Amino acid sequence: MKLRRLAGYGPAFVLAVTLLVLWELYVRAGLISVQVLPAPTSIVQGLIDNWNVIYDNTIQTLLETVLGMGIAILLGLMLAIMLDISSWLRRAIYPLLVTSQTIPIIALAPLLLIWIGYDIRPKLIVVALFCFFPIAIACADGLASAEPELLNLLRSMRASRWQILWLVRLPGSMPAFFSGLRIAATYSVIAAIFGEYVGGEKGLGIYMQRAANSFATVQVFAAILVTAVLSLLLFGLVSVIERIALPWYHGSVARW
Amino acid sequence: MDSPKLLVQGVTKTFRTGRQRLDVLASIDLVVAAGEFVSVIGPSGCGKSTLFNIIAGIEKPTSGTIAIDGEASTILAGKTGYMLQQPLLLPWRTVEENVMLGLDVRHVPRKKARYEAYELLKRFRLAEFAQHYPSTLSGGMRQRVALLRTVLFNNSFLLLDEPFGALDALTRLSCQMWLLDLWHEFHSSVLFITHDVREAILLSDRIYVLSARPARVLRIVDVNLPRPRQPEHLALNQSVQLEQELMSILMKEQSI
Repeated sequence: MKLRRLAGYGPAFVLAVTLLVLWELYVRAGLISVQVLPAPTSIVQGLIDNWNVIYDNTIQTLLETVLGMGIAILLGLMLAIMLDISSWLRRAIYPLLVTSQTIPIIALAPLLLIWIGYDIRPKLIVVALFCFFPIAIACADGLASAEPELLNLLRSMRASRWQILWLVRLPGSMPAFFSGLRIAATYSVIAAIFGEYVGGEKGLGIYMQRAANSFATVQVFAAILVTAVLSLLLFGLVSVIERIALPWYHGSVARW
Repeated sequence: MDSPKLLVQGVTKTFRTGRQRLDVLASIDLVVAAGEFVSVIGPSGCGKSTLFNIIAGIEKPTSGTIAIDGEASTILAGKTGYMLQQPLLLPWRTVEENVMLGLDVRHVPRKKARYEAYELLKRFRLAEFAQHYPSTLSGGMRQRVALLRTVLFNNSFLLLDEPFGALDALTRLSCQMWLLDLWHEFHSSVLFITHDVREAILLSDRIYVLSARPARVLRIVDVNLPRPRQPEHLALNQSVQLEQELMSILMKEQSI
């Protein structure tokens, strides 16, 4: 079973390796300067050589990402429940929520720096701003998708509004919530790096900027590689948590 | 003399949307004595389910009174065990946890609720499925689980809205006999909606025939077949005659 799932990634793996080999050959053939585009092998070598510094910055970025995501999850869930509580609140909040996504965070980030400072807080806000929206929307849709007849059944049992939310709607919205969370997870690392780019002391974004300013292309690419791996790991982590939290959605029999 | 389990007097229901009004129930009178099995049949769309929603406390009648156990109250929710054609099981709860849903609504301690649910499953030969998720069960099994959930919430008065309507003939028959078993065991009072004249005859002590919308009671028929009922009873002369009689009334009411 596991082997077959791995085999599903075969075509993607073959394509990726082919592209990497072509890239390596292209650079080695001297068709492009290594200052402009370093070969994959030299990027990996660069990553190993600079590991201590990159590791330090990675931890900082990871911290911002995870904390920012935590805020985004709380904010997203709260907004989703508020959207669901009354149609009046929904009509009040929903348009504002969508409008908030039209504000370019690129413009907002420097302002945050002026308002709050150079520490970790503006980065957390940038990550949360990027990530709360898909979580809130997915979760609100999940809450609204509860079967009306199921709600009637609970009403016939004289369940309170909060009981209906807790026993039926919230658990029922979890698959949608996790879809939103996966989208948010793929944004989150990039959002943290973006937050750092505007100004800060540590983090992959800062590292990339410094490397680029001194034309150390190998180090820029090494940092990009770490960013990609980090994003994939977070995405995978969310999927694993989902499988553990929602066994009914994936498997069949409870595990005890 | 004991008061009847359910006494419905002059209940009407009119839906209004803007200027349109739709009369669904035109004065219904109905009695279910304690321990009695009463069926309601009528052409489709005649308002049977609306009547049930009113008795279950999900909707308010436009006029008329409903008394359960001799107590006329406007708050009816929580006084009946209500079950619909779809099993409406929660996919994230195991069979056992689905059966205990009503006890969760009533704030029964979880350990006690779990124990009671398991004992009930054991008594009605479903214990081996206790830890399964509903998605792994057949249609008939799901309805049985839904029925046990209903019974665990309230076994004294069951409101069953076409519970076996979606099942194939053989599964339906075995579910019907199973229901009679359950009814016998708990001395429940049952009000049962069906389209199926034979089902009504096989199960009931008394049958109410409703007219097309707006619904009123056309006929009340006593079924004098021996108990416990067997499927063969449907082949008796009096059953066949009763079936013919009810069918001809219903055919007149059924619009094309």
